[in-house]
This record gives sequence, C-alpha cells and structure tokens, in this order.
Amino acid sequence: MTGFVLRRIFQSVLVMLAVALIAFIVIRFVGDPLESLASQETRLEDRAVMMQRLGLDRPVVFQFASFVRRGLSGDFGISYKQQEPVTRMIAERLPATLELALASAALALVLGGLLGIHCALKPESPLTHFIMTVSLVGVSLPTFLIGIGLIYLFSVELGWLPSFGRGETVKLGWWTTGLLTLSGWRSIILPAITLSLFQMTLLMRLIRAEMLEVLRQDYIRFARARGLPQSSIHFGHALKNTLVPVITVAGLQLGSVIAFAVVTETVFQWPGVGSLFINSVQSVDVPVMAAYLVFIALLFVVINLIVDILYYAVDPRLRIARGGGET
Amino acid sequence: MTQHKNDPVLSISNLTVEFPTASGAFKAVDGISLDIAKGEVLGVIGESGAGKSMTGAAVTGLIDRPGRISSGEIRLNGERIDGFSEAALRTVRGRRIGTVFQDPLVSLNPLYTIGRQLIETIRAHLPLKAKAARARAIELLREVGIGEAERRVDAYPHQFSGGMRQRVVIALAIAADPELLIADEPTSALDVSVQAQIVALLKSLCEKRGLAVLLITHDMGVIAEIADRVAVMNRGRIVETGPVADIVRNPREDYTRGLIAAIPSIHSKSTRPVLTGADHLVRVENIRQNFELPGGFSFPLLRRLSPVRHITAVDDVSFSIGEGQTFALVGESGSGKSTIARIVAGLLRPQTGRVAVGGRRMGESNAPAVGGAVQMVFQDPYASLNPRWRIGDIIAEPIRRLGLGQNRAEIDRQVAELLERVRLEPQARHRYPHEFSGGQRQRIAIARALSSRPRFIVCDEPTSALDVSVQAQVLDLMASLQAEFGLTYLLISHNLAVVRQMADRVGVLKGGVLVEEGAVEQVFERPQHAYTKMLLAAAPDIREAFRRREVGPGRDLTTIGGEETLPLEAG
Amino acid sequence: MAVDINLPAPPSPDRPASTPSGRIRLKLGIVTWLALLLAIGLMLAALFAPLLAPYDPFDPATLDLLDGMMPPMQPSAFTEKTFLFGTDNQGRDVFSSILYGSRVSLTVAFAATFLSLAIGVSAGLVSGYAGGVTDAVIMRVADAQLTFPTILIALLVFGIAQGLVPAAEQESAAVWILIFAIGFSNWPQFARTVRGATLVEKRRDYVAAARLIGVSPARILVTHILPNLAGPVLVIATIGLALAVIEEATLSYLGVGVPPTRPSLGTLIRIGQQFLFSGEWWILAFPAATLVLLALSVNLLGDRLRDALNPRLRDGRR
Repeated sequence: MTGFVLRRIFQSVLVMLAVALIAFIVIRFVGDPLESLASQETRLEDRAVMMQRLGLDRPVVFQFASFVRRGLSGDFGISYKQQEPVTRMIAERLPATLELALASAALALVLGGLLGIHCALKPESPLTHFIMTVSLVGVSLPTFLIGIGLIYLFSVELGWLPSFGRGETVKLGWWTTGLLTLSGWRSIILPAITLSLFQMTLLMRLIRAEMLEVLRQDYIRFARARGLPQSSIHFGHALKNTLVPVITVAGLQLGSVIAFAVVTETVFQWPGVGSLFINSVQSVDVPVMAAYLVFIALLFVVINLIVDILYYAVDPRLRIARGGGET
Repeated sequence: MTQHKNDPVLSISNLTVEFPTASGAFKAVDGISLDIAKGEVLGVIGESGAGKSMTGAAVTGLIDRPGRISSGEIRLNGERIDGFSEAALRTVRGRRIGTVFQDPLVSLNPLYTIGRQLIETIRAHLPLKAKAARARAIELLREVGIGEAERRVDAYPHQFSGGMRQRVVIALAIAADPELLIADEPTSALDVSVQAQIVALLKSLCEKRGLAVLLITHDMGVIAEIADRVAVMNRGRIVETGPVADIVRNPREDYTRGLIAAIPSIHSKSTRPVLTGADHLVRVENIRQNFELPGGFSFPLLRRLSPVRHITAVDDVSFSIGEGQTFALVGESGSGKSTIARIVAGLLRPQTGRVAVGGRRMGESNAPAVGGAVQMVFQDPYASLNPRWRIGDIIAEPIRRLGLGQNRAEIDRQVAELLERVRLEPQARHRYPHEFSGGQRQRIAIARALSSRPRFIVCDEPTSALDVSVQAQVLDLMASLQAEFGLTYLLISHNLAVVRQMADRVGVLKGGVLVEEGAVEQVFERPQHAYTKMLLAAAPDIREAFRRREVGPGRDLTTIGGEETLPLEAG
Repeated sequence: MAVDINLPAPPSPDRPASTPSGRIRLKLGIVTWLALLLAIGLMLAALFAPLLAPYDPFDPATLDLLDGMMPPMQPSAFTEKTFLFGTDNQGRDVFSSILYGSRVSLTVAFAATFLSLAIGVSAGLVSGYAGGVTDAVIMRVADAQLTFPTILIALLVFGIAQGLVPAAEQESAAVWILIFAIGFSNWPQFARTVRGATLVEKRRDYVAAARLIGVSPARILVTHILPNLAGPVLVIATIGLALAVIEEATLSYLGVGVPPTRPSLGTLIRIGQQFLFSGEWWILAFPAATLVLLALSVNLLGDRLRDALNPRLRDGRR
C-alpha cells in the first residue's frame, strides 16, 4: 500500500514539474516580461539593469529552477495588468469559486447518481426514456445558454433570484463566505445549478452505462440463479462493481467543476478565479494565466491521487496479490 | 396432485421457448419433454445452438428477453413452476434449484470474499444467524474439496485458480440444499486435469446428497463419465433419450450416430503410415521466451525502477519436423504452446534459440515468413478473417503480395481453385466473412494459408472453436490437403484425441518445458513422463468411461493432477 | 423508414452468420429524421448564406440606425422594411446575422474537428499499433491533457497564441487560432478511441495472417485496421462536431473567439445578452435557438449512430 501511494506521489510530482515547465515557458517566452514593467521611455541601460534584477540574463535552467522555488513558496510574480501579486489575487477570489464548485458538485453527485441508477435498473420505464431524452438535450446546451435561460426565467421574468454576484459575504479570517447570509444563498442557487447540469448529465449517463454493463455480467446472472433478494443484487453486487470505474471519472468531474466555473462565473459575474482567468486571457496577462494553470494542475493532481487511493481501497484485485493457479 | 416417492424431481413436458424475430418467432426450444429422478444425472448433449442451455434457463426462469416460454409445463417435485412470478422464483432459485455456469472466472463477484458470497446465499434461504452461516460456508467449502477452508473462506475470487473457483461456484449452488442442480457446461472452460476433478466432484455430490442433476454439455466424454441417462438435442428438439450406454453404443437416430462417429477417441490407434527417414524441414533449437509482468509504472523508463516479474513462457524447447509430417504440441492453458506456434511461424522473435525452415533461418529479414513458405491457421475463425474484406480479396492477398499471379484473371482463377480445394463454392469470393459459419470460415482460412503455396503450416488449435461434427470435417480436409500437397504441419492442440488422429510425432508441454516427445503411438501407448500419464488418464473418453463404470471405481479422479496449490498471500 | 449503412456487423461468437448481410438496418425514428433534416438544412443555409440572406450584415451601407431594435415581422416606420427576426441596436437584420454567424461557427467547427481527427486518428493508430515507448509517450500526453476540460485547454492555447501573434495581425489570425485551439483541445478523445479500437483489431488474427506474408505495418494499419475503425471514428467525429460547435460558441461568448467584426453564433448571443433585461428578446433568442438546434441535431445523430453501431446495445442482450 505505501509503495503504491509513494509511486503515485512521485508521479504526481513529475506531472507538476511538467506543468511548471509549461507555465515557465509561457511566462518567459510569450509576451515580453519587461513589457509590463518598462514603459516606452525606459532606457536601454535601465532595461539591462531590470533584466539582471529579474534574473533574465542567467541561463534558462537557472531561471526555471528559481521559478519553481518561488512557485513552491507561493510567488508567481506580479500581474501585468493589475500590478498586484498574482498569488494574492487568486487567494482573494478562491473562496467564491470553491463554494460554487462544492455546491454544484454535491448537486451533480447526488442527482446524477440517483438518476443514473434509476435509468439502469428500470431501462424500459417512461421516466427513464424521459430522463435520457432530456439529458441528451442537456449535453447539447452550452453551459452559458443554460445560465442565460435561468437568468431570464428566474431573474427577469419571475424576479425571484438575483442574476449576478455573490450577494452579501461574511469574512471568516482570510476566507469570505456567502453561505452565511440569505442573499448569499439566493445568489448561489442559479450559478450552482448551471454549473452542475453538465456534470450531472455526464455522471448520470456514465453510471447508467456502467451499471447496465455490470448487470450483464455472469456473476449477476449467477447471483440471480442463487435466488438472492433483488435489493442485494442491485445495490450490493451491481452498484459496488459499478463504482469501480465510476470513481475515476467522478473524481475528475469534480475537478472539472472548478475549471468549468470559468464560463459560469462569466455569465453570473461571479467574483471567482474563473473570471479572473478569462480576463487574463483576454488581456494576455501571462503571469495570471500561468499561475491559474499551475493551480488547476495541482488541484487535478491531488484529486487524481485521492481517486487512485479510493480505487485501491474498493477493488481487492489491486489490493491483494493474486494467488497461484492456472488462470 | 398427490406426490409419490418415485415422482421425478424435475419434469418438463412439451416445453417451447420462443424468440420473436423479424421473420416470425424463432423456437430455441421446440416441444421437448424430459424427467429427472432423485439421485439421477441426466445429460443433455448437443452442438451450439441446439437449445440445451435455453432449456436450463427456462427451468430457472432466467431466459433473456425477449425470449419466453410459449407453451409446455415445468414441474419441480410435482409443483408447476413455469409462470412463477419473479418473487416466487426467488424462493425456487438457490433454495430448490442450484445452478452452475460455464466460466468460473466470471461467475463470482470480484469485489467480495467468497465467504461473504456464501453467507449471503445461505442466509437468503435458510434461517441461520451469521455465525452459523459462516460455519456452514466453511463446511460447504470442505465438502467441495477446498483445503484449509477456515482460512480460504476470507479470500477473494481472484486468489483462486479456475478449478478452485468452479468448486466455489458449486459450493454456492448447493449452499441451501437444493433438490435439483443445473450444471451448464460446468467443465468446458477448464483444463482437462481440472475438468476430471470437477466431474468427479459433481458425481460424488449427486450420490451423497441424492441430488437430481441436469447436466448440459457439448462433450460426450463428460456425459459418459457421470450421466445415467442422456438426451440428445438438435435444433431445439430432443432427437432421442435413453440410458447413456444404449445411446452411445446403439444410437437409433442418424443424427446421434453422426455425432458419436465424429468424436475422436484417444484410444483409436493412429492410422497414419509410419514414416521413417524423412528429411527434417523444420528445426526448432533451444528457443526460450520470457514475458515481463509490468511493475507499478506504466511508463517504460520508470518501469525499471519497480520490481518486474518475469514469466518463462517457453523454456529451452527444441524439436524438428520431418517433411510431410505432422508434429503436435499438446499442453494445458499456460503451457506455452501458442507462444511456440507464434515463434515458429515467425510472428514472434524468440529471445534465444533459432528456428529454421527448409534450412533458412526465420526472423533474419523483416518479412517474418520465408516468402510465404510458412503459413498459419488460427484458432478463432471469427477473428482470423478481416470482416471488412471480401473472401476473394482475403485469399488473394498473399498471391498479390508475393507476386504469385500475373494478372487479375490469373489471380481470380487461383482463388476459385483454392475455394474448390476447401470445398466451397467459387462464388463465395464475392461475399464477406460474416456470411459464413465457423467451419466454413476455418476452411476459408485454410484456403488463404494455401494461397502462398506454403510447405509448412502452423495450425494453432484449428478446431477447438468448432462443434464436433464440423471439427471432423476440418480435420479430414487438413489430412487430405497434407497428402495432396505434401504439407508439413505443426499442430497445436489441447485435445489428445485430435492429436492421436492427426499427428506423426507429439511433444508434451508443461509450464514451457517439453517434458516428453516421441512418435504418437509410443507416447499414447507407453507414456514415460508422469504428466503425460496424468493427461492421458484425465482426458474424458467415452469408451474408457464405460470400462471404468463397469469395472467399478478403478481410479480416484479427485486426486488426478495432484493437489492444486494455492499460495495465499495477504496484501 | 430505414436507411442502410454499409458497416459489417462486428464478429460475435454467440451468433455466427445470423445476419443475412453485412448491412445493419438502422431504423430511423421520426426524431432522428428530424435531426438529420435539421442538421443538413442548417448546414446548407450556412453554406449559401450570401445567397439566402436578405441583407449583408457587414455592409455598413445597408445599415440604417433608424431600423435599430425592430421586433420581428414588424415593418419599420422609417424605411418600411420588415425583418423576419427583427434587428439589433445597429439596425442589423438578425436573420442575416444568424446565417452569416452559422457560417463562421460551422467553418470553425468543421475545420477544428478535421484537425482533431487528423491528429487524433494518426496518434491513436500509431500509439495502438506500435505500443511500447511510443504508445506510453503519446498516451501520457493525451491523458494529461484529457484531465483538463477542453474549454480550458482551448482558452490556454488561445491566450498563448494571442500572445505570440503581433498585435496588428491578431484580428485576422483569430479564426485560425480559434480553429487550432479547439482542434488541439479535442484530439485526445479521438486518439483514445482510435487507440482502443486499434489495440483490439491488432490482436485479431487477420493481422497476424497479413504479417505472415510480410505486409508492412503501415500497410496493415491503412488497409486492414483502418477500415475496421470506420464505425467508431464516424461516431466520434459526429459527436466531436457538436462539441466543437458548442466550444466555439462558448469561446466567442466569453469574448476570446472570433473578432466582433465577423460575429459567430456565440458572439451574437454575447451581444444579445445585453438586451435581455430591456425586453429586446429577439436579439438573443434567435441566435440561441439556432445554436441549440444545431448542436442538438448533430449530437442526436451521433448518439443514434453510436447505439446503432454498438452490437450489444443493438442486440439488447448478450
């Protein structure tokens, strides 16, 4: 077990280094790092001094090493546009994104799971046909259109819910939360639904497909032939076997929720890291883009690690060495 | 209805199972009737598509949609059980009818310990507390011959070998003391030595518990070994029923007669002339092949960092084949026989050693085979023909590729001729592989092999995917082509009877090592190695089975093949 | 109603030679027919936009600010022109804008899908057939990229590419960058599918039979394996096209896609959203509906195609 985890951690570090390299290349070679600091009038000598101060005259390998070192201590430089430390900008906006992501992930997991199981166990029921048709429509609707549709219905026509922002927020140390005020709760409903719909559809379809596959297996047939109760076959045998492949995808989907927040945050003018990223892409604010890339990569790597360990816990074939025999 | 002591446990009358298709209802089972008494084993034999498995599924109400029982009755100890609701069937399945399926590797839930699966089944039917159920589970494992049951009850299915898993499956089937056991091809997925043990286990359970057994199989050898009566099925109907000895010795119906005649026996002496002094066309010298089981890393550069397990698939094997002769390699799964076939054909380069055909060493140039002189016939006739190509193009590919035909008309003529050689219509060349049956496809594969005018053909289990009557036709074709073209064969097979019929010399493989090699008659009549003796003793054979049954239990099948070893490692 | 698709049924040992011919009969329900008609109709409309559009939305000469904000089907009080879908704030005919917008959207989507197909299929084929280090490298890259949502990759590629292109050429290069960004973001799915299918086909004995007579790997890939991948590739290409349409719209909506001078459907929706609260619903609703219909119809076709090609789903049983 420890060997397995250590290997995975080692691999994760490699992935992070690769991502850091990409981020470094982007920062170093896309756009001119001096451009942001120097104005047109800055003299050539001053430029040379600045290059030296920033370490841009040293070999690229050293520059990368120092980039990684600074990255480890949370320093990703100064935003070209805002002239603020990138790390602080991200930290300020992180709570908004995380609250939104967690709310929609919970929605997607619970509803997607329940609907998926229903569709697999009752493949011919009218409700299943209805759900499957709606889900296909759901996959075809771009997230931003769903958001606009919800705004139109609940904000413009009905006037029930706010169409933008986080509502009132409360400061808890460095964390700002919108979940302690009524306006905060009202504000998160529409964005959370918007963000969760796509993942929900995906999870539902995945769980349905995997479970149908499992239900076709011989051990399910054998369980039926032994006269086991239906609930035990469906939820004991079939569901657990379904979870093995689903865990991986579900884990990554949770990560995607944070990354997908880019679009939802734009639609609802949600003050999170996603909209920060969009602004940086629009204005080619390279340090912010690079830092966001590293941040998202770190998130995925951590989720991947957790998923792998979960996987390991669920499936005894990975956990326990195979015995001898002719198989 | 009064129940008599002599009432059959299972009584099926006029059962018909239908599948609706676009062209009307297809009758998978067509008006069959049969009875099984207490303590009796009824064998149902038939080739693929005969409806025998469907009969078993009908009894337990497990017919896949959209199939349904359209008429007839099924009675269990006098009580009519067809048409039972799903809930009522659940009190029958497991409790009154136990079922054993073909493939033990996929019959058990991989995520639960076998103990948990046993206890769950026991408690679903019997009013036992968890502790008592566990004790019963251990008892059941002992009964089916699993040693150290107390320890192994907490193991997961993947920690058991195939044969052991089938024992667990049987334990599960009898967990709640059923009256009837339906065994659907219980031994077909197993090696012959393991097969014999499972057959013996079923037999002893039937005697000890007075179980009625419905044994569904395509293997007459298994029937002869343990069945009391046999029902021969063909196309959904029962052709004839009777005591096994009567049916085998004096089949009344043509179909049965053909079926039994087609079964090769390991005791029929080879009719092939003994060839001496033939030049050696194929020489295989000291080939060795290891496979790596990857460690934790999937990235090749990192794989070096983790421990790698090596598996020796082929260990220093040498043999040679005389021109115009057939050399057979026999062995159980994992013996390395298919690896050797691929090495000899040039598809795989051996790590050490050399293979020479006609004095030319294989694998020196990039083209694996020596100018089409070496060809191969594969096991699975469904995978060996490209489904997207017409038969004509499939057979013509070697001709075109090796420049053996000058122009279109010439190639076309050759293809037509080859098709006739393998007894297919020349018009077949315009059609696609899926339009042909397994046996026809195998003949197309042989035509393709012949098209490059080979001297030597490697045949890797050429008939193991075929029904026994089709197998006889293909073997017959292979033999006549050998005589006609002076072909040399390397025949890979797990079927000893096929080997005795087809081969001049035979090599026995075990764990990648050639343990015995010699002329066919010599090896079959006077086997030297213990493993060869065991293989010969375990092979299911009709005549041998009868002899044994008349003489009485002369051999103890449970010990054949020795104790199955099971190292149990904790994670 | 049925359409024949010439795809031989994959070999299934359970039912040898059961189908009388290699053609599978794809029963098309009314919904599928509608989707097919809709998809083709929208594509044709986009293709012939210059002929079909009543006005040229990019020609300032035809624009009249007095015609601005006209609701659908109401004659203008000033110019007495009637606009099918109304006009936007600058007096542009929404219907014409949609025709030209679909043209931009579909051009980008088709080109991007073609790009991801080209990269994905070749990478998948090589990866699946070669195995070893080549396979490991290609698939690691694909896996790593696949863990990030495509939209994020496209945004990153777009941002980086914008940074590399001189400011003066950014506008003209935008469409190309967009095609590259979307195409590049989608290749891993294609590669994964093709690799998986290649691995399956590679192990089949017909490939061994071809190797026996010395057919080269490249030739085996193209003549033997590739034809057997036609089904899965067709399915992922169709679904990929729908994804590309959505992705393009999303990027344009986020304001990082095509320049506003050549608006795509996403740009039109972005513009239309500004009028959501002031009651000019048509500026938003018609482009949005067009986008949804386009994505939905293509997606539905892909979905039905997949069901039809999946032998297990088709048989409904093993």
